[in-house]
Amino acid sequence: MRVVADTQRCVGAGQCVLTDPTTFDQNDEDGTVVILRDEPQDPQTSARVREAVHLCPNQALSIVE
Amino acid sequence: MTSSMLPVVRTCPYQPPAEHVRLRESEPVARVTLPSGSSVWALSRLEDIRTMLTDPRFSSDRQHPGFPQFFSGQRPTGKFGRSLIGMDPPEHGPARRAVVGEFTVRRMAALRPRIQQIVDEHIDAMLAGPRPADLVQALSLPIPSLVICELLGVPYADHEFFQRYSGQLLSRTASTEQRTTAIVELRSYLQDLVARRQEAPGDDLISRQIAQATERGDRTADDVVNLGFLLLVAGHETTANMISLGVMTLLDHPAQLAAMVADQSITPLAVEELLRYFTIAEFATSRVAKENIEIGGVLIRAGEGVIALGTAANRDPAAFVNGDDLDLSRGARHHVAFGFGAHQCLGQNLARMELQIVFDTLFRRIPGLRLAGSVDALPFKDDAVVYGLYDLPVTWDAPAE
Repeated sequence: MRVVADTQRCVGAGQCVLTDPTTFDQNDEDGTVVILRDEPQDPQTSARVREAVHLCPNQALSIVE
Repeated sequence: MTSSMLPVVRTCPYQPPAEHVRLRESEPVARVTLPSGSSVWALSRLEDIRTMLTDPRFSSDRQHPGFPQFFSGQRPTGKFGRSLIGMDPPEHGPARRAVVGEFTVRRMAALRPRIQQIVDEHIDAMLAGPRPADLVQALSLPIPSLVICELLGVPYADHEFFQRYSGQLLSRTASTEQRTTAIVELRSYLQDLVARRQEAPGDDLISRQIAQATERGDRTADDVVNLGFLLLVAGHETTANMISLGVMTLLDHPAQLAAMVADQSITPLAVEELLRYFTIAEFATSRVAKENIEIGGVLIRAGEGVIALGTAANRDPAAFVNGDDLDLSRGARHHVAFGFGAHQCLGQNLARMELQIVFDTLFRRIPGLRLAGSVDALPFKDDAVVYGLYDLPVTWDAPAE
C-alpha cells in the first residue's frame, strides 16, 4: 500500500503527524502535510497510516493498494 | 414529521441531554426546534456528522438566513468580523493555510517550555493564596489568556490589560455593557498592536501575518485584527472550560487519576478522552445546506439549517465501545470534539498541549488536591453555548509547619 496526499484539500490540522510522525510531517509555511515515506514498512505503521487517513478531517489522505 | 423542542441543557454534568441520546437511538436525522424558535435538522450519529462536515454543499456562512441560531437575538453579532469560521470554499482553504502554519505540531511543541513556566507560576500563586481556591480564577482563565498573549506577541506590560478585558468578556457577572466595552477595548487594543507591528515587526504571529499579507496583498490590517480576535475568543474560553471540567473529573475519578499520575504517557490519552466526554463546543459545528442533500436517508433541502449533537455522537455505540464510560486510557481520537471537515479547530494542538501540561503539573505538584464540595453542587454553564464551570472550589493540605 501507498499513502497519497492532496495538499489542496489539506487544512493543516496535524492529526496525521500526531498519529504517525514517521510517515507524516507538516510544511512550516502553510501547515500542509508532507509525506516522509509513502510506503509503510511494517504492519504497525500500515495500521497507523490507515488511522491517519480516517482521522484526516478534510479527506486529504488516501490509500492506493 | 414531528419537531421536538431541543433541550440544550445537560442535567447530569457527565452525560449528554437525555433527549439527544434518544434522538441518536431512534431518530438520528431529526427535525428539532431550537430555543430561538427556529427549526433545524439535528444529526446525532458520528458517521452522519462526519459526512455533513466534509460535504462542501453545507455552508458555514453565518450571515445566511437559514444558518442555525440557538438563542434569539444572537445574530448578527459581528463580534468576530469576517473570519475563517464563516468562510466556504474556495475562499476558506487559502485563508486557513495562510495562518495554520502558526499552529503546526512542531510550532506548538516549541511553545511547551514557556507554557510550562506560565502554568508553574500560576500554581505557585494559587498555593500562596487562601484555601479553598477557585481554580477557574486561579488557573483556567489566566493560563490560556497568557498563552494567547505570547502567541500574538502582546508585550508583557500589556498582559494585565489584556487579561482584565478578556476576563470581563467571559465573566458571568459582567453586564451586557461591560461585555461590549471589553469587545471594544480588546479590538481597539489589537488594532493598535497591529499598527505598532506594521512599524516595528517582532517575532510573533501578528508580525508574521502582517508581513505575509503585505507580500501577497490579499489581506488588510483589519483582517489581521479579526484573526487575532478570533484566536483570543476561540482559544480562551474553550481551553479554560476544559481545564476546569478536566480537573473536576480527574479529582472525581481518583483511581483513574492515580494511574495517570503514575504514568505520564497516559496524559495525552486522558486529554483526548476528556475532550470526547464533554464535547463542550458542539454548537460550533452548525451548517446550512446550499443544495438538496440526503443524509442518513433523509432529504435536507437547500436553505435548511443543520446542527451536530456532538456530545451524543461522541458516545455513539457504532463508533465507541462503552462510550458512556470514562476511560482515560481509551486513546480514541476519532471524536468530533474539535469538529471535523475543513473547519476543524485551528488551535487543537495548542489546546491539547495546554491541557496536558496543566494536568501533568497540577496533580504532581499538589498531590493532596481535592474538590472543596460535591460535583452536584458546582455551578455548571447550563445556560452557555460553550459548556463548562463558572467556579471550581478546590483545596489541599497545608504544607507542614
